[in-house]
This record gives sequence, C-alpha cells and structure tokens, in this order.
Amino acid sequence: MIGALFVTAVKALVLILALLFAFAYITWIMRRGLARFQVRLGPNRVGPFGLLQPIADAVKAIFKEDITVAQADRLLYWLAPLLAFTFALAAFAVIPVGPDGWVVANLDMGVLYVFAASELAIYGVFLAGWASGSKYPLMGGLRSIAALVGYELALGMAILPVVLMAGTLNLQEIVEWQKQHGYFIVYQLPAFLIYFIASLAEMSRTPFDFAEAEQELVAGFHTEYSSTKFVAFYIAELLHWIVGSALIATLFLGGWDAPFGLPEIPVLWLFVKWALFIFLVLWIWASWFRTRYDQMIRFAWGVLLPAATVWFLITAYYVVKGGMA
Amino acid sequence: MIPEPKELRTEEMLLNMGPQHPSTHGVLRLVVKLAGEEVLDVVPHIGYLHTGFEKTMENRTYHQNITYTPRMDYLHSFAHDLAYALSVEKLLGAEVPERARVIRVILNELSRIASHLIFVATGLLDLGALTPFFYAFREREAILDLFEWVSGQRFHHNYIRIGGLREDLPEEFVPELKKFLDTFDHRVDDYQGLFVGSPIFEGRARGVGVISAEDAIAYGLTGGSLRASGVNYDVRKAYPYCDYETYDFEVPLGERGDTWDRMVVRLEEMRQSARIIRQGLERLEPGPIRDPNPHFSFPPRELLATSMEAVIYHFKLATEGFEVPPGEVYVPTESARGELGYYIVADGGSMPYRVKVRAPSFFNLQALPVAARGQFFQDLVAILASLDPVMGDVDR
Repeated sequence: MIGALFVTAVKALVLILALLFAFAYITWIMRRGLARFQVRLGPNRVGPFGLLQPIADAVKAIFKEDITVAQADRLLYWLAPLLAFTFALAAFAVIPVGPDGWVVANLDMGVLYVFAASELAIYGVFLAGWASGSKYPLMGGLRSIAALVGYELALGMAILPVVLMAGTLNLQEIVEWQKQHGYFIVYQLPAFLIYFIASLAEMSRTPFDFAEAEQELVAGFHTEYSSTKFVAFYIAELLHWIVGSALIATLFLGGWDAPFGLPEIPVLWLFVKWALFIFLVLWIWASWFRTRYDQMIRFAWGVLLPAATVWFLITAYYVVKGGMA
Repeated sequence: MIPEPKELRTEEMLLNMGPQHPSTHGVLRLVVKLAGEEVLDVVPHIGYLHTGFEKTMENRTYHQNITYTPRMDYLHSFAHDLAYALSVEKLLGAEVPERARVIRVILNELSRIASHLIFVATGLLDLGALTPFFYAFREREAILDLFEWVSGQRFHHNYIRIGGLREDLPEEFVPELKKFLDTFDHRVDDYQGLFVGSPIFEGRARGVGVISAEDAIAYGLTGGSLRASGVNYDVRKAYPYCDYETYDFEVPLGERGDTWDRMVVRLEEMRQSARIIRQGLERLEPGPIRDPNPHFSFPPRELLATSMEAVIYHFKLATEGFEVPPGEVYVPTESARGELGYYIVADGGSMPYRVKVRAPSFFNLQALPVAARGQFFQDLVAILASLDPVMGDVDR
C-alpha cells in the first residue's frame, strides 16, 4: 500500500516537472512559431536560438511587484490563480503516456475525471474576474462562464460516441481499444471535428479567446494580477492547451500507440501526436479572427450540439446493431 | 408550489476606456454605458493629445509652419504638408511647376497607402487577427524607406516648400519605387485573402456599426468612412488639386456603411493609389521643382556667391520670412481620413493671423456613438478602428 502510494507520488512528481518544463518550452515554441507565421524572427537573443528566453521571462515575471487591488476580495483573489493552476495540472494525471504502468492514476472513469478537473479550472478564471474588484476582469470572467455554457455540452456529447464504441471510460483502455481496432479519428471523424472545435473554446484559444481579449478587455480576467499570481494564470492557460492537445491525441489518435507498425517507445509517440495538435492550434491562432462570444454560443448550441447528438445516435444504433462493443 | 422567481436586479455599467487602453488608437478616452455586453451609449472624450499647433502657427513664419503640419496626422503626414502649402500658395498666387506637382501627387498617394496599411493592420488586430499586422508593416516599411530617401525623414518629411519642393528626387528613388509597385498589387490581394470571405470576419464586420448615408452626411463624415456608406464624395474628384482631374482612377464605394465596407473600401483605395502613382511616374519629366519667384523661394545656392541681390533675398527669407497678401483661404484636399483643409487668414505679415484646420478625424470620430449604439462591446473597438481616427488629427 505504502509502496504503491510512493510509486504514484514519484510518478506524479515526474509528470509535474515534465509538464512545467513542457510549459516553459511551449512558450518558446509559441513565440518562435508565431514569429515564423508573421515574417519575423521571434526571441533569439537569450541563449542559443533564444532557448533560455522562458527562464528569463519567468525570472522577470516573478520579480515584479505583487499588487493586490484595494477593492479585491482578498481570499478569492488569492485563491483564484491557485485553483486555475492546480486543476489544470491535475487533469493530466489520467492521461497515459505509455502501456500499463505509464500513467499516474489509471482511473476507471478517467474521461469524467479529466472533464471535472478542466471544468473546475474555470472557477479560477471566473473567481479571478469576480474577486479583482475591477470591471475589465469582471467582463472577462463572465465571458468565460458564458463560453463554458456554450461549449461544454458539445464537448461532452462529442466524446460519448468514443466512449460507446470503446465501451469504457478508462483512458488507458480507450488507447488499448484503438491499438487493436484502429484509431477513432477514422471511425469518429465527425465527433473528432466537433470535439476539436469545442476544445479550442475549452483551451480558450483563437477563435474563442474572448475571455482575455486584449483588444477590448486589456487582459481579461487577469488584468489586475501581477508577479507570481500572474505567472500561475499564465501557466494554467498554457497547461490547458497542453492537456487539451494531449487529450485529443489520446482519444482520437491512439495516444501512446506507435502508428504504422513503428517500434513502440513510451512517451515518444504521444509526444509526437501531441505536438501535432499544439502546432495546429498555433496555426489557427496565427491565421484566424476572434469570434464574438454570443456568436460562439449560438454556434455551439445551434450547430455543434445538434450535430454531436445526431452523430451520437448514429453511433449508438451502429454499436447496438453491429455489436462492435 | 414553486415560488414566483424574483425579478433579477440588473444595473447598467459605466466603463471608462482609455486614455490608456490597448485599442483606443492613441489617447482617446471613451466612457461606455453598458448593459451586460451591449453598448447603450458611448461618449468620446478628446483633448489628451492637444498640442496647440494651430495657435503656435500664428507665431511662426509661413515656412516654419511646415514643421508643425505633418505632426498633426502622423500617419498620412504628407497630406497635411500639402494642404497647408496649397492654401498658402493660393494666397500668394504661386505657380507650382509641373514636375513638383507630379512628385507631390506621387508622394501623397504613397503616404496614403502607408496610412491605409496601418488602418488595415490595426483594424484586423482589433478583431483578434495577429498576423496581418506584421505583413502590412513590412509594406509600410518599404514606403517609409522611400520617404527617407526623398526627404531624410520617415514620418515628418518637411519636404514640401511653399511654391514647390525642397529638392529634387534622388536618383535611386524612381527605380526603387517601381520595384515596390511591382509587388504591391499582389500583396494587396494577399491582404484581401487574409480576411475578406473569412466567415468569422464576415460575422464580426457585416452589418456591424452601420452608419446610414444620411447620418454620415449629417455628422460631417468624409473620406473612406463616408464612401463606405455609399456617398460618392472624394475631394480629388469633386474639387481637384495638383491636377488630380487628369489622373485616371476610381472612387470605391460601399453599400451598407458597416465595418466590412469601411475596411474593404480602404483596401480598394490602396489599389487606386498605386494606379495613380504609376501614372505619375509616366509623367515625371525633368524640370524645375520650385516657383522661381524670389519673394518666397530661396535663391539657388550657387547664386549666393555671385549675386548681392540673391544674398539679400536669402537673408530676408531666412530671418523674417515672406509676406503674404491679406486675405482668407481654404483649399480642401483628400487625406487618407477625409476632407482636410487649412483655413488661413493672412493679415499681410509674414505670419498667419489665424490658422484653422478642418481635420477629418475629428468629424469622423463624432459618428462613433451613432455606429456603436446597440452593438456589442466586443465590436466597439472594431467600429472605432474602422472609422480610422488619428488622435493627433482630432486634437491638434
């Protein structure tokens, strides 16, 4: 018992360190990558190819003055970045990076757990907006809640056909199923598209990044945050991106499974597929506009949700008739 | 029994936007009355960039004032130089030679393109698109380099003189300009491809911030903002100056007067400006670039060594400037933002008695509340950007 706990703790620690490292370098990839799309160079001064830039950024951000607004609700103001950060990190616990033991928590209801954790992270955003005692963050927080109401149902509905076909909520087993039968992106292309669009909103990336729309809301929900609290939000936001991409790779692209009969190496293949989605989101970010949040909600409820429901019914009929499960 | 739900208590929110805000285009301050995200009213507060240029110009000679004119509209600065010079030249009765007129047209249109590039770049940035911003700045950089070649300055050219130009074009200018024009039309097509037709852009700009033709006229809108509403008024066509009537170009018009039209009209104007520049290049013949009248033009440098009279004129012009016959004048011109003119009252001295600038940004900004009422807060910044105000031009 103690031994198992110890193993889990070590795994969790390794994962957290890996994620924080990934976070640091995703900022570098983000900035260099965006620069490539935008006919400029991006950060290339600190270290070779600007590789030490994330460290310089972190040092700079942490040494800023930590300001608490006079009208802020102190407890919530302090709690919000912590919530956002913790739940964003926690979501990764059930994502398998390799066969069998290569997962921190092999939960039977892993899919539900990921959902719960990433939706709880919205509390961080909303409470930050509420507790800041300032108008711009308030609007950012409200927008994020409105967006949640929009994309959440479509997101859940799009994942149901996958769960139905695999017959399990355990992410490790979903990957195993795909290893045997082929990836879900083949069987479930409509569900994949709906899920991808909805998860862009979940990760609050372009074109659904209105909760922190710089052009109107200055910095949205974290306008009044500085120093470490700001860093916590910044990390949480990018972790959403990291976890969201990893989850899509796991659910629809076979996770850690090696494609095309290539040798199986834990971590590597998930990383490759994950990087694919990171790049895709970056690409969208560089090329698209931001929607208005009412347009996004109308789209989510009017197009995504009905489409997901219809596809779910089709899949259910097929599973019952064909006995795929 | 389910109790009747109590009516939700709601309040309007008064939001102060600016003068320090990422997208108020300088130091504009907006007080926005919001119901949720719906804009009930907008009150623009101006004056944060008031410089008193108009008043200062009363205490400077006519030539010295050319230092101030480009600093009002720093994006299309050449238009201000030109409008000022045209007004003074009309009072003086100066004859600007053909070559100078052609060069003025070429540079004015180049400057207009540079200004519209900024408009498209920041307008799309306000809609959340990051990339076009950098693309447009690449083109603008090329134009600023051309200006640097011509005048030594990128922003505030100080190149126009009353009666002509400061000096002739450098040798490299024409080939470099041709090189720029070769790629430019293609690049404008690229920019158009970046946003026109994108469903998200259509959703954000179509039918948003509509200004009807009647409202546009009533509020004194000019330039692209007026033409987007379908009113065909371009000073270059209506009251031609610098021989604009002899150039072949079209005035693009919008239909609905929404953000979409205001964006696309200006995109098309860039193409037309490039067309005018090409025609100008064909007309560029060697010749004088200044009215030789010694009363307001500096004598040629080489004469100073041989002619006493030239030295006297040079001394007089450099110390007290030239005298302008009494009178009032207003010459309308078309800047990137709309009708721009300098109303100058001369009392016969070497400094203007009064200068009043009809600055298009000021009038265009008036229409913001009309366009923004009832729209979403998220669209407010896009509507503001589509009216293309330059705060230096508004406050002066």
